[in-house]
Amino acid sequence: MSGANRIAGQGRLTPAKTARFTFDGKTYHALEGDTVASALLANGVHLVGRSFKYHRPRGILSAGPEEPNALIDVSRDAARRQPNVRAPVQEVFDGMKVESQNRWPSLAFDIGGVNNLLSPFFAAGFYYKTFMWPKAAWEKVYEPFIRKAAGLGVSPTEDDPDHYANRYAHCDVLVAGAGVAGLSAALAAAEAGARVILVDEQPEVGGALHFDTSVKIDGQNGYDWAQATAAKLKAMENVTVLTRTTAFGYYNHNFVGLVERVTDHLPKPDKKLPRERLWQVRAKRVILATGSIERHMVFANNDRPGIMLASAARTYLNHFGVAVGRKVGVYTASDSAYEAAFDLKRAGVTIAAIVDNREKPGEAVLAEARKLGIEVLTGHSVVDTKGKLRVSAMSVARNGGGSARWIPIDALLMSAGWTPSVHLFSQSRGKVAYDAASGRFLPGTYAQDCLSVGSCNGTDGLQATIEESLAAGELMARATGNENGVKVELRGESAFEWTGGMAGAGEGAGADTTVKAFVDFQNDVCAKDIRLAVREGMHSIEHIKRFTTNGMATDQGKLSNIHGLAIASEVLNREIPKIGLTTFRAPYTPVTFGALISHSRGALFDPARKTPMHAWEEAHGAVFEDVGNWKRAWYYPRSGETMHDAVNRECRTVRNVAGLFDASTLGKIEVVGPDAEVFMNLMYTNAWDTLKPGRCRYGIMLREDGFVYDDGVVGRLSQDRFHVTTTTGGAPRVMHHMEDYLQTEFPHLKVWLTSTTEQWAVIAVQGPKAREILEPLVEGIDISNEAFPHMSVREGQICGVPTRLFRMSFTGEAGYEVNVPADYGQAVWEAIWARAEPLGACAYGTETMHVLRAEKGYIIVGQDTDGTVTPHDASLSWAVSKKKTDFVGIRGLKRPDLVKEGRKQLVGLLTKDPNVVLEEGAQIVADPNQPKPMTMLGHVTSSYWSENCGRSIALALVAGGQARLGQTLYVPMPDRTIAVEVSDMVFVDKEGGRLNG
Amino acid sequence: MADQALRKPPLGRSHGGSAGARVTPAAPATRLSLRAGADAIGTLSLAFGLELPQRPKTSASVGGRHALWLGPDEWLLIDETGADLMGIAAGVSALHSATDVSHRNVGITVSGPDAGAAIASACPLDLNNGAFPVGAAARTVLGKIEIVLLRTGEEDYRVECWRSFSPYAFGLLSEGAEDAGL
Amino acid sequence: MLLIYCPYCEEERSELEFRHGGDAHIARPTNIADVTDEAFEEYFFLRDNPKGLIFERWRHIHGCGRFFNAARDTVSDKFYLTYKAGEPKPVIPGVSPATEKTVETYEATEGTAK
Repeated sequence: MSGANRIAGQGRLTPAKTARFTFDGKTYHALEGDTVASALLANGVHLVGRSFKYHRPRGILSAGPEEPNALIDVSRDAARRQPNVRAPVQEVFDGMKVESQNRWPSLAFDIGGVNNLLSPFFAAGFYYKTFMWPKAAWEKVYEPFIRKAAGLGVSPTEDDPDHYANRYAHCDVLVAGAGVAGLSAALAAAEAGARVILVDEQPEVGGALHFDTSVKIDGQNGYDWAQATAAKLKAMENVTVLTRTTAFGYYNHNFVGLVERVTDHLPKPDKKLPRERLWQVRAKRVILATGSIERHMVFANNDRPGIMLASAARTYLNHFGVAVGRKVGVYTASDSAYEAAFDLKRAGVTIAAIVDNREKPGEAVLAEARKLGIEVLTGHSVVDTKGKLRVSAMSVARNGGGSARWIPIDALLMSAGWTPSVHLFSQSRGKVAYDAASGRFLPGTYAQDCLSVGSCNGTDGLQATIEESLAAGELMARATGNENGVKVELRGESAFEWTGGMAGAGEGAGADTTVKAFVDFQNDVCAKDIRLAVREGMHSIEHIKRFTTNGMATDQGKLSNIHGLAIASEVLNREIPKIGLTTFRAPYTPVTFGALISHSRGALFDPARKTPMHAWEEAHGAVFEDVGNWKRAWYYPRSGETMHDAVNRECRTVRNVAGLFDASTLGKIEVVGPDAEVFMNLMYTNAWDTLKPGRCRYGIMLREDGFVYDDGVVGRLSQDRFHVTTTTGGAPRVMHHMEDYLQTEFPHLKVWLTSTTEQWAVIAVQGPKAREILEPLVEGIDISNEAFPHMSVREGQICGVPTRLFRMSFTGEAGYEVNVPADYGQAVWEAIWARAEPLGACAYGTETMHVLRAEKGYIIVGQDTDGTVTPHDASLSWAVSKKKTDFVGIRGLKRPDLVKEGRKQLVGLLTKDPNVVLEEGAQIVADPNQPKPMTMLGHVTSSYWSENCGRSIALALVAGGQARLGQTLYVPMPDRTIAVEVSDMVFVDKEGGRLNG
Repeated sequence: MADQALRKPPLGRSHGGSAGARVTPAAPATRLSLRAGADAIGTLSLAFGLELPQRPKTSASVGGRHALWLGPDEWLLIDETGADLMGIAAGVSALHSATDVSHRNVGITVSGPDAGAAIASACPLDLNNGAFPVGAAARTVLGKIEIVLLRTGEEDYRVECWRSFSPYAFGLLSEGAEDAGL
Repeated sequence: MLLIYCPYCEEERSELEFRHGGDAHIARPTNIADVTDEAFEEYFFLRDNPKGLIFERWRHIHGCGRFFNAARDTVSDKFYLTYKAGEPKPVIPGVSPATEKTVETYEATEGTAK
């Protein structure tokens, strides 16, 4: 039922548990535990995709994450669709839909396959050379063409309906990889008492024990031992075992990123389950037991469906019970492939021949082959293959140029030996070293507290691996303070010790430029391309990689790196270590954006900060604007009003009656201590020793370079307590800036800073009727004009709760800012509103606040200043103390550039046509008819329609602005030139009398 | 005189989390940001009726009043009974700074066998018993915000954050609690 | 992500809790209002970009809030040690201050870490 190629009695899946899935619309049966690859192979499907560049038919090459060919599109429904999934990694679930990629109109007949015939034109570096001219064609013709032709899968168009989770974790020892080495190391560390996390990317632990059935550990079948060991570890309180979990990135200071695939294998996942869970692990020690990856042989047409790694065929047989062919050829340079032939032969599959390009394979495997009656052709190579959509024959010739003969086959297994997986080691910034004897790059110099064990460390032999791993586990446990554990001993036996391996192109790869002997299947890079790259002058491996794309993208050199290096080394006639190895980048395998984002989506994407009065504002129709993370009431449109109408009404009402404004977002810092005054004198340009308790002052803060950093009104509550306000956006950096100076430059001062931004809800009541509104609500404070003049602060009660009441104004009207503890904010606002509304007052938002302050020429730091503006440039010289001998910025202000004539200064602008409102950011010139590029004098920083002035108003930074009062300047726009007159910055109540009203 | 204004905490009566980790807004409390040098610790401890902790990541608790070490001269005092902490501080003449932050912070409790895992969904601190035992306290981060974390029991934590961040903290902890409870 | 030992909290904490604060041991002149342009330029604007040992400031901003100093290797990101603000610049045994002045090429910066 689950495929004609399933062999009874083989493999570990349960025949009774079946699942159905579709591949390109056709239904297939699988067994529970199958991967898409094993299920397709069981059903005799070898053709699963088309290659990236040449659109060549491709099959399943591997049984693991290194798979370069069998990339598929997997979906549950329209939104749950994922491209570029590796068929050997994706487990089948009942009802899944699988589509092949990169083919049109169908997998078997693909128009893009014409690229294969045109391939002489698509040599390495083709993109760089072809799409150069004409330049204009790039955007319209070349780029769209390349984008359409490139890339494999298709992105889903709907939002991802799944959710993802995150977990920070800490452990003594993290073990990456749960094969023999990882399990042994984890067991030793755990028994010694260490907190252990063991991860493996496969659904079950075991690693190579999935295919290597000739291994016994402590007398038990290897795979069974692995499962039993995992069960034992899971039961220990100090151990976390994570399967289907990839350690994808090894970052600084033993920080390792893991991604756990939670639901991708489930037919109907519980909605509560996250699809994936990101684990951010900080490990005191890391043990890398990442194993090794078998290399393919490089020969002509080595990419036909049915040609695969020998260990993969063994996995499909021994774990999944699937024979990958009925008449199978083997082409190898390593003893390991022989065992694949032995297992298949014993399972009843015909082995056409083992073609070994070595003269002397290992004695033991040769003897076993003879015993099983398998023909072995030593000193021979496969020099070509046939078969359109699946391999049908291999051409075999004696090395050194014998005549070739065709041998019919329906699958070809290959092995050029094993490449240690040093990816995580390399990501950890460890330096690999080339071991010439074995032709491998191995962990050399460690950069972090980690150890590699087993085959990723180049350790051959089962017992040697076990002993090395146990010792590492014990050592790492001891190093993290776990001394009193149980010592673990294990005994392993395996049937054969493997020898052999080769790197680079074999006899069959040909020297000419038309033979396609693939080095990198995923990127369609052939041996000839690497030779071409070298001929064209790419002598560094980094250049060769980029010129050919060898080892790029998701492959990250898992299969291709060593072959590519060896070919380059041969052409350059330089030893491999002299050419070097490209850097392995994280992630080891692709990680979804969902996993990386985890909880940060929707409402949790970013905090939405709401003031205590937000609910009232919402209920009263406020439109909100984002200011940093804050949601601020922007304006309050009434029925039928546009924004313009609403703002005009609010502006009028505040000046004629009064308005309520939510100023809670302003930053607040309480500066407390006997040296508070000294500290304030150092941090602000103003003189604070003259400010009496109960009074306020507008303060300017500079950076050391003399530029305006922040501003705000400061109230002095008592001799040793200041209530400092900052801009909304500036609150955290002002606090940090103050702490910096206090802790590192002025640590002798007895003063402390506390952020109180969120302690207080702030209700600004502004306008001629402000006092009338507040008076009956306030207790314990005489708010008469005489007792409580402009720029005063008092503590008392309002509506029965404590308040810090400020008499201050950012509108130019007589006004108050009522500070109450935040939880009382809404109730107090409502009480004030109940008084204000019948008097004709309104609630106003940030837009009206901006207009009203601009009418008075009050600047907004960050809008009218941009980090290059001094207080003098902003007409704020009056706020810079001339008596003080020190404050932050005092020296910066004297820099030659800052005292030069002609600096940009803040001025007012009045358009000649009062109805024209300038665009903020528009440039200003003296002569609109000068040739381009024109000399820019400055730009508009603030610009509004002022209902109170009955005309537009603007503020601008203009070179030498103060000296230009009355001059006519011009603002060139795309469609017209606007004439403006330079004015002072105050447009309403120039004398300021209204403040004291 | 106007009616006494009513208090409106930002989280209301929200409930969240899972069976393994319940996430609940803490009742309003009085809070103090207390700053002082080593020489004032004894006097202040006497006044507040608990020993101000002097070791990093520790706290002291007596009768619903907690003092959390936040820095070498900084403590967060929380009084769940609503005592007038500013009033107590005002009576101490030894050099110190006391600032009322009762309304600045919002408390959220996370309780249950999976409480630690729920917090670990967004907090990089090591919460294992050895590293963060009952009574441990620290300022740290939770997702994109700053929090103060206090372990009040084997399976109980109190998260303090600024008022406007509390819906975010509550939402994040609830999601973390759901995942931790799986 | 770095793991940084806070000398005030007396333990290693995640980089997420910290903020980098630029070069260490650059004292603000006590007579800053009177220093020459050259002295001010040196104090405020000019910094080395050493390959190797650097002394730098960090703030445990989401922890104890304290500024402190660190000796770090800019190539490996290894922290040799961290110490409290105000303590003298330590000698790191076996590590000499970076001497290379100009680093312009890929080979020079990453060449050894292929």
